[in-house]
Amino acid sequence: MADHSSALKTPLFDEHVAAAGKLVDFAGWMLPVNYGSQIEEHQSVRTAVGMFDVSHMTIIDVHGGDAEAFLRRLVANDVAKLQEWGALYGALLNETGGVIDDLIVYFLPDRYRCVVNASTRQKVLSWFSKHSLPAMSFAEQDQAMIAVQGPQALATVQELWPGCVPDSLNPFSACRFGDWLIGRTGYTGEDGVEIMLPVNDAAAVWQTLRAAGVQPCGLGARDTLRLEAGLNLYGQDLDENTSPLASNIGWTVAWQPPERAFIGRQAIEPQRGNCPTKLTGLVMRDKGILRHGQDVTTSAGDGIITSGTYSPTLECSIALARVPKEATGPCQVEIRGKLKAARIVNPPFVRNGKVLVDEA
Amino acid sequence: MSDIPTDCKYVATHEWARLEEDGTVSVGISDFAQNSLGDVVYVELPEQGQDVVAGDEAGVVESVKAASDIYAPVSGTVVAINDSLEDEPEKVNQDPYGDGWFFKLKPNDEAELAELLDAEAYQEVCDAEEH
Repeated sequence: MADHSSALKTPLFDEHVAAAGKLVDFAGWMLPVNYGSQIEEHQSVRTAVGMFDVSHMTIIDVHGGDAEAFLRRLVANDVAKLQEWGALYGALLNETGGVIDDLIVYFLPDRYRCVVNASTRQKVLSWFSKHSLPAMSFAEQDQAMIAVQGPQALATVQELWPGCVPDSLNPFSACRFGDWLIGRTGYTGEDGVEIMLPVNDAAAVWQTLRAAGVQPCGLGARDTLRLEAGLNLYGQDLDENTSPLASNIGWTVAWQPPERAFIGRQAIEPQRGNCPTKLTGLVMRDKGILRHGQDVTTSAGDGIITSGTYSPTLECSIALARVPKEATGPCQVEIRGKLKAARIVNPPFVRNGKVLVDEA
Repeated sequence: MSDIPTDCKYVATHEWARLEEDGTVSVGISDFAQNSLGDVVYVELPEQGQDVVAGDEAGVVESVKAASDIYAPVSGTVVAINDSLEDEPEKVNQDPYGDGWFFKLKPNDEAELAELLDAEAYQEVCDAEEH
């Protein structure tokens, strides 16, 4: 096991230990990979409700008159589309069109709130400093964050904290409940909320959820859930050398209005509609597990797996792979020197408990 | 605390080997190993009749999380493989020293077993990895 002595603890560290979480170092944070069986944790989220400690995520608030102009320059999606309390998913691009990070931006009454990855914290803060405008400030927030996910997530939190989330709260929007900020967002492909709350409240809220039967879930289940949902993981499916158009998030790039000069636009605009590669899904019915870095051979040329795992819902291996844009249908993956048959499918694989790829 | 039965011998790479009454050596992965790997979803076994040398790769175990090579603890010929793991790889998690066995070897030299770690020595390996 790795030496954890230097790793940071989230406000829920003691809760993970109490629940027999198997702790690992994830981006410098000690977090549970599972609390026993990651497959059972996965199923809880698909069929009922589970919760994740996502306090390691970096929360950065941006204030001031230039905040909108700043985010319109840095985020390839356009925050000007947001209504108050709305949120959007987008990418921070570098000058060459590679992805510095993916993030969610909330438009709150007096600020924007950006939630970025833990692994990218330092470079995003540096990037923000570098491009900061005169009439704005930004500051990292010391908050805990708990994701409650699954078909019963909303009903569960509504029962425990009456009035916390209205039924009418749209996906990708947020509301305030006391000093909590609750977004109807997540990383699992299921309905649910992400609660940002004061550090000192986190343990009590976690315990209340646990007492109500909400299954604690670790990083392992988080990865299989997001991959089934076709959601990218920064560092695997997204990186600084790859265009968002080659990562299946072209839909998050706001080309209108044409005069908005977001960073990276010049680099990726020529690829618009003709990016030579695409990030797509693979399903392998054969035994074996697809993994990051394995080579893929398609009828249209070679590609590579960016994320692969075992899908508890499909009961076989699935992956995201970057392949030539014309590639479809059957393909082959090299696993330990042997070629195995797989098939190209459009992600997501699973959403809201339903399998979306045909069972062939 | 993981379960480390004293009727097995161990390798620092977390395989166990047990001399059976018929003179064959059963091989699997330890309770510590299955616990570290998490849910096992795929096992690749050697071929029946295959000759293996101690320390050689003789299979692969994959959990949801990661793939891990299985090494032969002693040299010999593979005389049986646990086919049932193909459809029920979770047996490796549920019963690592029993139904979750991987393969049986006819050892070239039974004395090789004596050179492997006993339960106490293997416990130290696990303790060192945990801290």
